[in-house]
Amino acid sequence: MSGVAVRLKGRVGPVALDVAFEAPAAGITALTGPSGSGKTSLVRAIAGLLRLEGEVRIGDTIWQGGGGFVPTHRREIGYVFQEASLLPHLSVRDNLAYGARRSGGVDPVALAETVTLLRLEPLLSRGVGALSGGERQRVALGRALLARPRLLLMDEPLSSLDAAAKAEILPYLESLHRSLAVPVIYVSHARDEIDRLADRVLVLRDGRVEPADRRDAEARLAGLSGPERDRLALAALRAGLDGEG
Amino acid sequence: MLDVIWTTVRLAAVTTVLLLVLATPLAWWLARRRTWWKEIVAAVASLPIVLPPTVLGFYLLILLAPQSPMMALLHPFGIRTLAFTFEGLVIGSMVYSLPFAVQPIRAAFEAMGERPMEVAATLRATPWDAFLSVALPMARRGFLGAAILVFAHTVGEFGVVLMIGGAVPGKTEVVSTRIYQLVESLQFGEAHKLAAGLIAFAFAVMLAMLLLERTGTRRP
Repeated sequence: MSGVAVRLKGRVGPVALDVAFEAPAAGITALTGPSGSGKTSLVRAIAGLLRLEGEVRIGDTIWQGGGGFVPTHRREIGYVFQEASLLPHLSVRDNLAYGARRSGGVDPVALAETVTLLRLEPLLSRGVGALSGGERQRVALGRALLARPRLLLMDEPLSSLDAAAKAEILPYLESLHRSLAVPVIYVSHARDEIDRLADRVLVLRDGRVEPADRRDAEARLAGLSGPERDRLALAALRAGLDGEG
Repeated sequence: MLDVIWTTVRLAAVTTVLLLVLATPLAWWLARRRTWWKEIVAAVASLPIVLPPTVLGFYLLILLAPQSPMMALLHPFGIRTLAFTFEGLVIGSMVYSLPFAVQPIRAAFEAMGERPMEVAATLRATPWDAFLSVALPMARRGFLGAAILVFAHTVGEFGVVLMIGGAVPGKTEVVSTRIYQLVESLQFGEAHKLAAGLIAFAFAVMLAMLLLERTGTRRP
């Protein structure tokens, strides 16, 4: 097993989370579901920012389980928060390098690639205060990638952006999708994002991953490509979301 | 006259440095802990704001005198008393100005929220590394404000330094106690020089604080 395996249980505020799923070693797994279903809590627990009972495994590495709990700073994750959460006292360049310096040093080739991919060159020496919403989120994404993650967690990275900024970032995420070799868990309740990005969809409802027919739809989706896949994904997603309001 | 100014500046500088070091962990604990009873600790640390300096000075004098239990612990090291010494003044000034250090630093840590420390953790920073590379620089304005307040408050203290320092010339006599003695001996001309100097100093400090706050509100 080289992918991600998650089994977590616990109460967070009004939600009783009880989740078990696996995700393959590459590709984007969308985690969706109505507000208050526990999506953010689940991703925080995978990162170790929130302590629930259960297991979190990536490949052969156990981050949580059997009484052990690896603290967040020793989990090789990349985390993109809903608000870019750039470190306000650092320049764009230092924000990008913050995680890289702490995970084996700044690799100039990787830095150059990421800067090119996300078109960050003109922003590098700026402070983060003057950036637009879309620019901030691009920097946050680059910063997470440069920390050499084995798992990329993205918690509604586009939801705080307006339509224009969203349209600016989606293509980056799509090109990332093609080039990235690590698994991504992508929280979103926006159908257009999931439709364009996700390889698999998990629907979280009242703290549980929706079972059975959803899994079937995903299994079928996995073998398809192009418009056929998109059509099925959308249908599956509608089935998962409608009736929630 | 220069000797009292020098003693005053030295006292304020030493107090400021030591107090910032001491207040930082306390302010961090008060800002991050989520229990109600931490406010009991915060209230105790704020007492010097409302207590008359004579009350603080009285208890500190008892604590620093040769027969106190605290000093008994220091006897083996050849220290018999800290009353009427410069070191005693530093301790007294630190207690007296503690709230002026803790509150701005605590407020700065609280304003930061928890997110930056979480971000640092997801980027592999250990808690200590994150504290040094994120929390301290983000709270720097709180530290600057605390430093200015503590320095100025120490220069402006009178009751505590008189009670535990005794205004020993060349040792524990500071500007405020010298002014008192000059007035007692009717040397008004000399008293004016020091008093007017303190007014100018106080004005400069308050102006600096207000300008610091202005630059703070402009930035997000």
